[in-house]
Amino acid sequence: MNELVWIFISALLVNNFTLSMFLGLCPFLGVTQKLETAFRLGLANIFVMMITAVAAYVLNTWVLIHAPYLRLISFIIVIASAVQFVEMAIKKLSPDLFKALGIFLPLITTNCAILGLALFTTNKGYGFVEGMVYALGAGGGVTIALVLLAAVREETRILNIPKMVQGTALNLIIAGIISLGFMGFAGLFGSH
Amino acid sequence: MADSNDSPVMGKEFLKGLWKENPVFVAVLGMCPSLAVTNSAINGIAMGLASTFVLIGSCALVSLLRNVIPKPVRITTYIVIIATFVTAVDFTLEAFLPAIHKELGAFIALIVVNCLILGRQEAFASKHPIGLAVADATGMGLGFTFALLSLGGIREVLGNGSLFGIDLFGAGYEPWIIMILPPGGFFTLGFLLLIFSWVEQRRKLRTQQPS
Repeated sequence: MNELVWIFISALLVNNFTLSMFLGLCPFLGVTQKLETAFRLGLANIFVMMITAVAAYVLNTWVLIHAPYLRLISFIIVIASAVQFVEMAIKKLSPDLFKALGIFLPLITTNCAILGLALFTTNKGYGFVEGMVYALGAGGGVTIALVLLAAVREETRILNIPKMVQGTALNLIIAGIISLGFMGFAGLFGSH
Repeated sequence: MADSNDSPVMGKEFLKGLWKENPVFVAVLGMCPSLAVTNSAINGIAMGLASTFVLIGSCALVSLLRNVIPKPVRITTYIVIIATFVTAVDFTLEAFLPAIHKELGAFIALIVVNCLILGRQEAFASKHPIGLAVADATGMGLGFTFALLSLGGIREVLGNGSLFGIDLFGAGYEPWIIMILPPGGFFTLGFLLLIFSWVEQRRKLRTQQPS
C-alpha cells in the first residue's frame, strides 16, 4: 500500500511529467489559453493514460516477451486504436462525456506523454495495479501543470506586455518559474 | 536528379531548415526532446543526429512511396515507417554507444512522436520527389541539431562550467545548478526565443525606415 502511495505522489508531483520530464509540451504550450479547456484536456489525458496502462500491460505480458523489437510499433498502433475504440464507445454510451473530452482524444493519442508512460511502465517493470496507479498519478500531474499554466496565462492577457515577449517566449518563462516551484518537491520523501 | 536547374532549388530547401524555418527557434516544433535531453552539449548533438537520421530515412522512404500510400491511412503509414527507423537507431546506439544510450534513455524511443518528423512527412516528403525530400530533411535535421547543440551548450556552460566535458572556468566558478535542472531548460529556450524575436523585430524596423 505504502509503495502505491509513493508511486502516485512521485508521478503526481516529484517527477511531474510535464514540468520535470518535459513530456507532452505541445498541448502544454498550445492549448492553455483558457482555464476550462486546459482542465478538460487534463481529464482527457488521465483517461487516455489509463487506457494506455492497460494496453501496455496486456502487450508486455502476452505479446512482447516473444518479440521485444516490436515494442515501439505495437505500442503506438495498439494505443491509437484502443483510444479510437473507446472514443466510439463513449460516443454511444455517454454523449455528455464525449462532448467534454471528444475533441482532445485524437490530439493526445500520439503525444509523447502517452508513449512515455507506456515506456516508463515497461522500464520500471510495474504490474497491473502499480501501472494503473502510476497512470493516475502521471495524468493528475499533467492536469495540475496544464491548469497552473492556463491560470497564469489568463491573468497575463490583461497585462501590458512588450510585443517582443508575447507568445511562446513568455509561456516558456512562466513554465520555467512553475517548474522551479515543483523542484521543491524533490526532497519530499527523504531518502528516495 | 540534380541537374543545373535543380540544384539552386535543392540548396534553398536545404538552407531554409538551418535558419529561416528553424524547427525549434522559429516553428517551435519538437519541444519535448529539445528540452529534456539538453543538459549537456554532447547529449544535444547525439539526440540531434539520431533525429536527423530518422528524419532523412523516413522522408526518403515516404517520398519514394508517396504514390502508393493510400490517402486515408497515410498518417498511420508514416508512423509505422518512422517507428521502424527509430527502432533501428535505438538498437544501434545501444550496441555501439551504450553510455549515450543510457543518458538519453527513453527519449530515443520518443523520437517517434516528435511532431517535427511527422510534420515533414505530411508537409513536404509526401508531395516532392526524393532528391528534394532528402535535401529538406537534411536541412531540417541539421537545424534541429544546431538548436539542440546551442541549448545544450548554454546549459552546460552555465550549469556545470564546462563544454563537452572540458572544464572552462577553473575551480573558482560557482555553477548555476538550476540551468541543468528542468527549469533551466524552460528558461534557456524562453530567452533564446526572445533573442530571435528581438533580431527579427530589429530587421523589420530597419527595412521599414530605410533612411
